[in-house]
Amino acid sequence: MPAVSKGDGMRGLAVFISDIRNCKSKEAEIKRINKELANIRSKFKGDKALDGYSKKKYVCKLLFIFLLGHDIDFGHMEAVNLLSSNKYTEKQIGYLFISVLVNSNSDLIRLINNAIKNDLGSRNPTFMNLALHCIANVGSREMAEAFASEIPSILVAGDTMDSVKQSAALCLLRLNRTSADLVPMGEWTARVVHLLNDQHLGVVTAATSLITTLAQKSPDDFKTSISLAVARLSRIVTSASIDLQDYTYYFVAAPWLSVKLLRLLQCYPPPEDAALRSRLTECLETILNKAQEPPKSKKVQHSNAKNAVLFEAISLIIHHDSEPTLLVRACNQLGQFLQHRETNLRYLALESMCTLASSEFSHETVKTHIETVINALKTERDVSVRQRAVDLLYAMCDRSNAKQIVAEMLSYLETADYSIREEIVLKVAILAEKYAVDYTWYVDTILNLIRIAGDYVSEEVWYRVIQIVINREDVQGYAAKTVFEALQAPACHENLVKVGGYILGEFGNLIAGDSRSSPLVQFNLLHSKFHLCSVPTRALLLSAYIKFINLFPEVKATIQDVLRSDSQLRNSDVELQQRAVEYLRLSCIASTDILATVLEEMPPFPERESSILAKLKKKKGPGNLPDIDDARRNVNGSTEHSENTEAPKKSSPSLVADLLPTNRPRPASSSPIMRSAGTMGTTHPFTDLLNLNATPSAGASLLVDVFSESPAPASVDVCEENFLRFVCKNNGVIFENQLLQIGLKSEYRQNLGRIYVFYGNKTSTQFLSFSTSVASCDMLKTQLNVHAKTVDPLIDGGAQVQQMLNIECVSDFTDAPVLNIQFRYGGTLQNIAVKLPVMLNKFFQPTEMTSQDFFQRWKQLGAPEQEVQKIFKAKHPMDTDVTKAKILGFGVALLDGVDPNPANFVGAGVIHSKCTQVGCLLRLEPNTQAQVKMYRLTLRTSKDTVSQRLCDLLSEQF
Amino acid sequence: MIKAILIFNNHGKPRLIRFYQYFAEDMQQQIIRETFHLVSKRDDNVCNFLEGGSLIGGSDYKLIYRHYATLYFVFCVDSSESELGILDLIQVFVETLDKCFENVCELDLIFHMDKVHYILQEVVMGGMVLETNMNEITTQVDVQNRMEKSEGGLSAAPARAVSAVKNMNLPEIPRNINIGDINIKVPSLSPF
Repeated sequence: MPAVSKGDGMRGLAVFISDIRNCKSKEAEIKRINKELANIRSKFKGDKALDGYSKKKYVCKLLFIFLLGHDIDFGHMEAVNLLSSNKYTEKQIGYLFISVLVNSNSDLIRLINNAIKNDLGSRNPTFMNLALHCIANVGSREMAEAFASEIPSILVAGDTMDSVKQSAALCLLRLNRTSADLVPMGEWTARVVHLLNDQHLGVVTAATSLITTLAQKSPDDFKTSISLAVARLSRIVTSASIDLQDYTYYFVAAPWLSVKLLRLLQCYPPPEDAALRSRLTECLETILNKAQEPPKSKKVQHSNAKNAVLFEAISLIIHHDSEPTLLVRACNQLGQFLQHRETNLRYLALESMCTLASSEFSHETVKTHIETVINALKTERDVSVRQRAVDLLYAMCDRSNAKQIVAEMLSYLETADYSIREEIVLKVAILAEKYAVDYTWYVDTILNLIRIAGDYVSEEVWYRVIQIVINREDVQGYAAKTVFEALQAPACHENLVKVGGYILGEFGNLIAGDSRSSPLVQFNLLHSKFHLCSVPTRALLLSAYIKFINLFPEVKATIQDVLRSDSQLRNSDVELQQRAVEYLRLSCIASTDILATVLEEMPPFPERESSILAKLKKKKGPGNLPDIDDARRNVNGSTEHSENTEAPKKSSPSLVADLLPTNRPRPASSSPIMRSAGTMGTTHPFTDLLNLNATPSAGASLLVDVFSESPAPASVDVCEENFLRFVCKNNGVIFENQLLQIGLKSEYRQNLGRIYVFYGNKTSTQFLSFSTSVASCDMLKTQLNVHAKTVDPLIDGGAQVQQMLNIECVSDFTDAPVLNIQFRYGGTLQNIAVKLPVMLNKFFQPTEMTSQDFFQRWKQLGAPEQEVQKIFKAKHPMDTDVTKAKILGFGVALLDGVDPNPANFVGAGVIHSKCTQVGCLLRLEPNTQAQVKMYRLTLRTSKDTVSQRLCDLLSEQF
Repeated sequence: MIKAILIFNNHGKPRLIRFYQYFAEDMQQQIIRETFHLVSKRDDNVCNFLEGGSLIGGSDYKLIYRHYATLYFVFCVDSSESELGILDLIQVFVETLDKCFENVCELDLIFHMDKVHYILQEVVMGGMVLETNMNEITTQVDVQNRMEKSEGGLSAAPARAVSAVKNMNLPEIPRNINIGDINIKVPSLSPF
């Protein structure tokens, strides 16, 4: 008999599902769903109490609708009610709905917790299991607070059923992951370790998962688990498979448990105890031996399970990295898999070998497989596998095989899948740099890289080649010659133009002796590319031209003509125009000596970590560069990466030092160009007239140091000039400069608010790496929650993008959050900080009241600290309508006929925050009689800080 | 840890979704679409692991999937899980479904979504493997069924209606996921 009797079901549900499936169009489906939602809603809201069966049916329908991708915004309460049913099936569907649909910060958690508490205490194992499942699946902090102390006792109690123990172990694991601070470690830890000896293998498996996670956080507390784990593993590995009955899976003894135990052992170094160590070695050898035995079954499940254990054993061997014989055996085993007919095994073998390559014992053995790996790169049909092959080649690369590997990767790049090209480009660039013996090879490689995959060559890569050429005198002439030749191609990538422009600008003189590359020829060659390039490249070329004027006085006139042409001097792009104007001027008025000083050859760059390496790390995530990082695959969790990230220094300390032996530190202030860039802005009046010095001259800084990282955002002044204009209104422009306009539209309801921020790119150039963040001071963080949706990192010229901010007022506050904006415009990083107009009064709800009520409350709020009064001069003409509009805009209700003096204004409202509501009354008395127009503003609220803040805000408005 | 379990058919229609890490509803749907897009364009004889899902977790995560006739079973996992282990787990889950439903087919998943969830709950809990022993799992499911029976209220009449409805729909979908009996035959998974 099948375990699920298909007949038992809910007819209404089946009919509904069939209806949906018979819908001919999306519209019909939506219509049917809406009809059903309306029906369920009315049923839930109706007066008639629903029986458990109907509730269950409707909740089931909601689940189905949710699966189809529709939002479900009701029914939660009914599901919670089902939890307290004493019928199992109703309880079960209630829990299911909650695990699938309730997120961890729902308001219902408290009610759910009550039901869970009852079920945990019920001593009915099925109910307990349901409750434990729910805790593990939702895993919220509130649940952890409620149950973290209870679950360990369930887990280690002697009379707990096995199935409950299993659930309790995993439940504890989940809580430990989400709120480790709430899970008390204590006397139960020792007893948990002893679960490794449990009779029931399901319990052992769950306990092993739990211990592995705990051991990662506090290894010392769980050291005793090593010997138990080895003993258990040894019993499994050496047992005849029949011993384990149900846990034998396709003739493999307890494969999951073996895998988990091997993972647990990867939390620790090899056991110190010799006997234990040899027992473990014996286990690992047995596992390796079994791989050579003929399979006990032809089924793929058999080999899968067997190999799952084998790969985990190999991981442990690699992790211990101490037994040369095992390492070599592991490597040979993986070598066999490299040629296996099963794609999965080839994939995993390549992946494991990557980590093996970093071991000194096996590095040479890994290298023997180079041909197979290269072959995989060329012939594998699956891009995932090819990707692994690239990783392994990268990992096994050293000085002896670098040329071969780089060549293979370059040729693979021509046909590589688009999704992995950028990564390969970075890897080639790093290897070429790291293992370059002669730098002509390096320059060739990078230029090839740009030729083959120009679009995927990021800035870091071409910055780096320039950095290296500048720092190494011996390669400069060759580099100049090579880029000159490369630029001859009728169509060359813009990145090549950039590199070419930069290098010829610096070192064009080294090849100028040859008549085929005379100064004029060089200039014409570069200039022939000019019109096809984007603005940043053109800017760079203009800088190259002024350098030419210094290098080759004979082409000065030609270049001046170019700079003088309308297309330069009157270019619509501010940056290009400024460069043309300034360079032209510079070339006219400066003496040869000054020119030579200003435009001197670039001094060498200071040593620093390769920016490409940083980029690759960022791309792959920390801990994912097996050869450099010596990273182990993280066991059971993804949090412990930190110790791996600094590793590059450890295993390849000479990476940068090798490359930059010219160890001449370059104080930034000694750079003549930097100085000239500073003076150009101030001494020439025409730049001021054009108001250009507001944006720093991008060109000069690019020339000085193409590698300079972004200036720290902290140094940016916070713009708050428009802040106060938003006190009484919600929409408008909050910030504007030459590049960017920021507009706001906001709406508030009770203690919640939403701001739509519109970023408008005022230039014709794309903004790159656009990002924003909202910062609050520590105090404000507790008072106001601001959640910003992410924003597109690219903004096209003239385009506008929108970002949504969700705001929640927790309690009253004085400060305002700051919106930080960062983006790259024409090579320079722009930082802008704007004070966001989120003020306390935004959370006002107006309150209408009668004159009598008003004065009654006014009197109630009579304590001295509740009242704040301010007398101030009017900044604007007194206009009754304007004043009224401002008070309404402030958020309070304007009460007519309350104040005996009709010239006065009286308002009332309630400030909503998550914690409290604060009632506010205000009175504004204009004094029109006095010579100087004055106002008196009085605020009374139940909280002194609120009165003060509101008074400060409002008094600035009149 | 298993971050999510997604089952969808060859057209990308979700048949079961289970997230063990919180994602907003629209994000969940995006993840399903992205995963379907990644998985469905792959040949059947390439490897069962792939990286590159950008929405769920980034580079530390892998999709491990199997394709049975009309359905894809996809597990999104982090690096703490053994790839082959998860692959076996999918097999265990499907074999269990097959036992419980007797020749499970896509329709069973549609009409008994709740049951499928319950079976899955016996296998995976809070993103961790709970039980891998098929007999143990089916025993638990049996216990549940007996409790359901004893609670009654679901008589044979609705049951007949269900099967009638089911029969109406039969031509649309191949009846069987083709995992056959316990000696699994998986024609679409050639090397397996």
